[in-house]
Amino acid sequence: MGALELDQPGKTVLMMGNEAVARGAIEAGVDFCASYPGTPATEILESLARVAERFGIYAEWSTNEIVSLETAAAASLAGLRALVSMKQPGVNVCSDFLMTVNITGINGGLVLVVADDPRAMSSINEQDSRNYARYADLPLLEPADCQEAKDMTRWAFELSEKLRLPCILRTVTRLSHSRRNVKLGDLPTKKRTAKFEGVYISRDQDLAVAQHAALHQKLEQAREEFEASQFNFYVGPRKARFVIVTCGSGWVYSREAVAALRLKGKVGILKIGTTWPLPERFIVDHLKNVTEILIVEDVDPFLEQNIKILLAEQAKTLGPIEVYGAKSGHLPAYGEMNQDKVTQALASIKGLKPRVRDEKYVEKAKELALAYIPPRMPTFCPGCPHRASMWAIKSALKLDGRDGFVAGDIGCSSIGTGLTGYFQVKTIHCMGAGIGLANGFGKLDRFAFNQPVIAVCGDSTFYHAAIPALINARVHNSNVLMVVLDNGGTAMTGFQPHPGSGLDAFGQPAPTVEIENICGGIGVEFKVRDPFEISQAIEDLYDMLQDSGPRVMIFRRRCFLIEAKEKLQKKYYVDQSKCIGDDCGCARFCSRVFNCPGIIWDQEAQKAKIDEVVCTGCGVCATLCPEGAILVRGAAP
Amino acid sequence: MTLEKDPLNLIIAGVGGQGNILASQIVATAGIKEWLYVTVSETYGASQRGGPVMSHVRFSAKAQCGPLIPEGEADIIVGLEPIEALRIIADYGNPSTRVIVSPNPIYPISVLSGQAKYPPVEEVIQKLGGLVAEVRVVKAIEEGETGLAANIVMVGALAGSGMVPIGMKNFEESLGEIMSHRDLDLNLRAFKKGVELARGKVAVPAPVKTRKRK
Repeated sequence: MGALELDQPGKTVLMMGNEAVARGAIEAGVDFCASYPGTPATEILESLARVAERFGIYAEWSTNEIVSLETAAAASLAGLRALVSMKQPGVNVCSDFLMTVNITGINGGLVLVVADDPRAMSSINEQDSRNYARYADLPLLEPADCQEAKDMTRWAFELSEKLRLPCILRTVTRLSHSRRNVKLGDLPTKKRTAKFEGVYISRDQDLAVAQHAALHQKLEQAREEFEASQFNFYVGPRKARFVIVTCGSGWVYSREAVAALRLKGKVGILKIGTTWPLPERFIVDHLKNVTEILIVEDVDPFLEQNIKILLAEQAKTLGPIEVYGAKSGHLPAYGEMNQDKVTQALASIKGLKPRVRDEKYVEKAKELALAYIPPRMPTFCPGCPHRASMWAIKSALKLDGRDGFVAGDIGCSSIGTGLTGYFQVKTIHCMGAGIGLANGFGKLDRFAFNQPVIAVCGDSTFYHAAIPALINARVHNSNVLMVVLDNGGTAMTGFQPHPGSGLDAFGQPAPTVEIENICGGIGVEFKVRDPFEISQAIEDLYDMLQDSGPRVMIFRRRCFLIEAKEKLQKKYYVDQSKCIGDDCGCARFCSRVFNCPGIIWDQEAQKAKIDEVVCTGCGVCATLCPEGAILVRGAAP
Repeated sequence: MTLEKDPLNLIIAGVGGQGNILASQIVATAGIKEWLYVTVSETYGASQRGGPVMSHVRFSAKAQCGPLIPEGEADIIVGLEPIEALRIIADYGNPSTRVIVSPNPIYPISVLSGQAKYPPVEEVIQKLGGLVAEVRVVKAIEEGETGLAANIVMVGALAGSGMVPIGMKNFEESLGEIMSHRDLDLNLRAFKKGVELARGKVAVPAPVKTRKRK
């Protein structure tokens, strides 16, 4: 039995941050959860769905983040406890609803968990979603470790219910994806039933203004709750003159930096877990004898600016306090925080020399690394249908010859910006932006624009964000060719189901919404092709490029990571008597140009070779080899 | 329990798809069974496969550590792939770091396609030896093997090396909890193979030319 469902209060287990959030929700008796997949948030709903049946929880992968928030909010309005989780750009998508559900209020506890991604390790940006809490006047909690991730999630439901207000819990990749000791709490015993009562309307003029005023009162109530929260505490000497004020992952980096510089007797740490609204009395009490503070947090100077406002308001009580942080230039307001950055900032303020690595050693090690390590670039997986699709796009655009380009989108297809996507993708922004931008490019003909534009997106993205723009293209007869790379699931995040998959979050059969039915309903011309039938794919795509108005090509082929697991695939090999190596004139097409990790250049034979461990047997290279040297094992040549 | 060095910092380095994260989870769960505070953090790029992946595992008897090992502070490096071990040493190694490395390369696409060269493995290992206190070469994959469970062989080698203060029983219990029943026998065999390999192999003390830190 996994730790998520373990009924052993007090037992310590190893738990990932996202699992800890899920466990906290389970301990709080969550009834209803919804999410859209996105790293680093995905495992929250995945964990909940895994144990949903046992705890009588409903879980779904929604079409997009605003739908997930609205769906979860409905459960709350009917008196249930609901959790919605997403990565940071998801909050932009759901913000429209967030900006009204704050003023109508809710009923059962509603917790929005947002996993930010400092350093954009798996994201298009590193936006700091905490700003939404201040913007929407909603309480914000920031766990510092996995234990707090669990405990705060549990508490957030109570708080939300008490205030009748959604609560935001913000984690970062480094917390969501780290595993640490977590002491389990008790599991819920009673179940709730759903019943809708009351009125939740946000409306113009008087009502909206009155609701806005009431929202501010609720926020003051939240502040009062925060004043006594166990998640805010001070560690350090009683009368420290220098205090680090920190939140989230910054807490442990600060503690380690203070220890590394042997400043435990001199520097205190004020750790804030409830970062909006700030527990003002608590903070002021701990800064009374302080003359300098350093503020440590991930990404934006959110805490820093709010603390500075507080210091200005309390100037009479506190006197002048020097504030170090992002504005002073001691810490960056971008990228990911870590212990080294805090140590350096603290050392420079204190005029200390941090222990540094032996320069000669570092120089030698880095020189060796540079000399010996060939680059590892992100690639499409072996057998990925996107490689064939991008090849078809590249070939069709080249045949067309009008300097066409690809407006790209989010997900696996975004690897098309790189070597294995043949550098075809020229724009990438948010979900659905490819077709949105293509709409505009497609209306530039009156300005002498004649480059063909292909908008590429994945299947999950199509359902999530592409449909309104496609309708727009139809209505305004925009010259755009949309290519949907349909691999049957949300592949980048681990193959979660979407409306076309025919499965729900529990893995049970579900109705499907077909992409071609949507295209047909909108009234745009469409074709469905298998990208592995590559000559046909290129020819049809080229033909479509010659038409005008909105058109959709659906390249349909299941993600080969999934396909190869389920079915025995054909074994391919290079017949080295047929491969003529560099004499061919193909410029090592299969290994160097087509760029599949399954095809190796055999240095000894100076010919191509298949790596049979890596090759998934898709067979696309066999159809492209000019000498027909790539063959199926056991088949007649 | 007290640790000779607290925190004890371990990095498991490899390439996406090698089972690095699973390996770190097994080691960490075993650590919790020794009543230690354990923190594991994974770093990887955008690609599911083929990109460098490393896990930081930190053990402490005193407090929950931060998720990232500071630069130059790795005590132990387990390299599932030789050049990935070197990559990690450049950022996190120091003259007293100890390394357990598998000599089986995973070629990047630039090498597969003939555009870049992979250095001779013996030379990489020799260079590693010049940077750290100890290198144990553990041949996780024999000729003709596919490399399935190579990550577990390396976990076994770590257990067998005695570099982490975790008993064999807790390693095996941890394996039993984390691996699916279906694969448990195979993985226990792989683990034991790793233990034997690490014990059988006398560490090659490499010539350390750099000055040792006090």
